[in-house]
Amino acid sequence: MLNKIWPVFIIISIIYSFFSGNIENVSNQIFSSAKSAVELSITFFGTICLWNGIMQIALKSNIIEKISKILDPVIKKIFPEIKNNKKIKKEISMNIVANILGLGNAATPLGIKAMESLQEINKDKKTLSNSMMLFIVINTASLQIIPTTVIAIRSSLNSKNPTSIFFPIWCASICSVITGVFVTKILIKRKK
Amino acid sequence: MIFINNLSIYAIPVFILIIVGYSFIEKNNVFDNFIEGAKEGGKIVINLFPTLLGLFIAIGALRVSGILDLLINIFFPILKIFNFPKEIMPLVFLRPISGSGAMAIATDIMKNYGVDTKIGNIASSVMGSTETTLYIIAIYTSCVQIKRTRGIIIAALAADFVSMIVSIIVCNFM
Repeated sequence: MLNKIWPVFIIISIIYSFFSGNIENVSNQIFSSAKSAVELSITFFGTICLWNGIMQIALKSNIIEKISKILDPVIKKIFPEIKNNKKIKKEISMNIVANILGLGNAATPLGIKAMESLQEINKDKKTLSNSMMLFIVINTASLQIIPTTVIAIRSSLNSKNPTSIFFPIWCASICSVITGVFVTKILIKRKK
Repeated sequence: MIFINNLSIYAIPVFILIIVGYSFIEKNNVFDNFIEGAKEGGKIVINLFPTLLGLFIAIGALRVSGILDLLINIFFPILKIFNFPKEIMPLVFLRPISGSGAMAIATDIMKNYGVDTKIGNIASSVMGSTETTLYIIAIYTSCVQIKRTRGIIIAALAADFVSMIVSIIVCNFM
């Protein structure tokens, strides 16, 4: 996928900037983007190690067992392929909990962990398995119940009621997860 | 209400407290477990860096080339059918490809049009109910060296689109 999208983005941007007169901006942006990638990676280094550590603590205790038991019926329904693989169930549960609580920078490292375990049981290592597709789409659709970042921004802009957007966000999140899972199921059926 | 507004501050510490506290009460070797997990983190970051670098450059170039404005002009007549307000158009296009870019634009929209107005609410709802789709797909597939993604981006973008439409509909009734 990125083999197509990436060159298209680069080619379009550079050619378009010839005509729009933004070529100097593009030239500067390429290097400042490289710089921000390094900066983000350094931040990432901290947060990924941190959340991996916390995840390991959770994996070694019984707390996730309890959480994944609550989520078990849902996980079984969405990911029939993982059967009774406890490790994967736990990792998916942690990722879902982080997503629900709006812990954005925890959800990604925890998701990567789950992806690695899903890859272990994947038959074709170069292609996404059905479970991986569903797992990714659930993550991109955003399951947030507590949209922490948005509340923080709204509060900082002196909103009279920062939490008033909970309701639209919940409606939109539920509809988008349903759409994502539905379209993915169609994709899975078509390509097989 | 005050508590909910402060949730963003409480969420992470409380989450960590529960896990560490629970594990401590269970008499596990909490610190050893932490170190064991944290060690793996370094490898993940090194594997991810090239992907991040590539994405950042392509999306950075896309943002400053001015092509987003062109896309907005092309697609606005179509999106108008779905009641998309013109003010949030930059956010619609940037949201799936750049998290920090979308955050900056959403904050800007809320500042300019008022955080408690309809436009401000829509911008908030779009931010809270969608994710940086392209970035998540790129990271999740490249960390396990997957090449064929079986059209997952179509499903993800469809979900984003529905999410934005629902945000607009619900905010119109608020």
